[in-house]
Amino acid sequence: MTWSRPLAILFALSLAPAARAANEADYTAAYAAAEAASKEASGLRNQWTVTVSALAAAKKAADGGDFDGAVAAAKEAEALAKASIFQATSEKEAWKAMEIR
Amino acid sequence: MKGRIALLFGSVSVALVAFALTSARVIAADKVDPAADAKAFQNFFFQKFPEVKHEDFVNGPYSMNADMKRQWQEKEEFPPYEFALEAGKEMFATPFRNGKTYADCFPNGGIGIRQNYPYFDQKEGKVVTLELALNRCREANGEAPYSYVKDEMASLTAYMAFTSRGKPMDIEIPDDPRALAAFESGKRYFYTRRGQMNFSCASCHVESPGERIRAEILAPALGILNAMPIYRSEWSGMGTISRRFVTCNSQTRAVPLEPQADEYRDVEYFLSYVANGLPIAGPGARP
Repeated sequence: MTWSRPLAILFALSLAPAARAANEADYTAAYAAAEAASKEASGLRNQWTVTVSALAAAKKAADGGDFDGAVAAAKEAEALAKASIFQATSEKEAWKAMEIR
Repeated sequence: MKGRIALLFGSVSVALVAFALTSARVIAADKVDPAADAKAFQNFFFQKFPEVKHEDFVNGPYSMNADMKRQWQEKEEFPPYEFALEAGKEMFATPFRNGKTYADCFPNGGIGIRQNYPYFDQKEGKVVTLELALNRCREANGEAPYSYVKDEMASLTAYMAFTSRGKPMDIEIPDDPRALAAFESGKRYFYTRRGQMNFSCASCHVESPGERIRAEILAPALGILNAMPIYRSEWSGMGTISRRFVTCNSQTRAVPLEPQADEYRDVEYFLSYVANGLPIAGPGARP
């Protein structure tokens, strides 16, 4: 047992970049992606209320200068919008399984 | 050799017959047949709840729970929709600024006709609901349309429903491919899951009538519109069919469509048609 291994790990960690705080450009990109997915869901007549709320939360956080929060909310909105698109697409056929015949 | 040929011929014949039978089934499954759908729909509920009288399904949760039914029957002595009914009667009789009234817009002066709505308008090629027809009547007579989700519309439809109480729902689907498409569209909307909760209308009102969702007892889909509009204690007021659809969508965390969107008109057409023969019971009261 030597000290070389723990020291090597500490050395490596010291070289690793610290998590970078999000900036306005990150937010703009994340919001644009979320908004595009949300518009696609709307076009399918299957928008979710939670997507709209997450988009609003992203905008509010960005307006307050909290770009970390804004990016997180925008990414959540994008994920929700994509889930609603998946639902609308799969339900084009899946609804028939529920039908009373 | 002859045996092999006979075997091959036999196999091909069996395959062809199987294919023909399967194709016929697929075609039959895709054909729009509202009468067969209505029969299957009603039978589903009649068999699921054999103890419920057929005409009682229109009373929603009260048909599913004896205690609630007793409470409701007591409440019916002084029904909470009475104010709306009186207001609706007065509104219906009050002339527009041009001197005409709602009676001029409807067959039989608008009395006892609720059971025929919605109908398929072959000129427009779309479903026309009673709420829509009322607003079109207003606009044709130079009046501003009412909100589809507020009290005025609920009061008017409450009065019109009351004049049809006890009459069997009687929705027609004309021999028009557009009418069949509207019925099919309504059916699809009814069974399609939506919102973050991944619920369809059928999730609650076909799979779970009589079950509780939080404090409420779910109504069966059969006859669910026959008692509309309704006074809901939860809303502390009256609600139209439009309001009911919008609220259901919101509860599944789906963004509601605009009132009287084609999809809502079509689902009203579907739900009303499959309730043909059951009595009009509106206006109703619900918890």
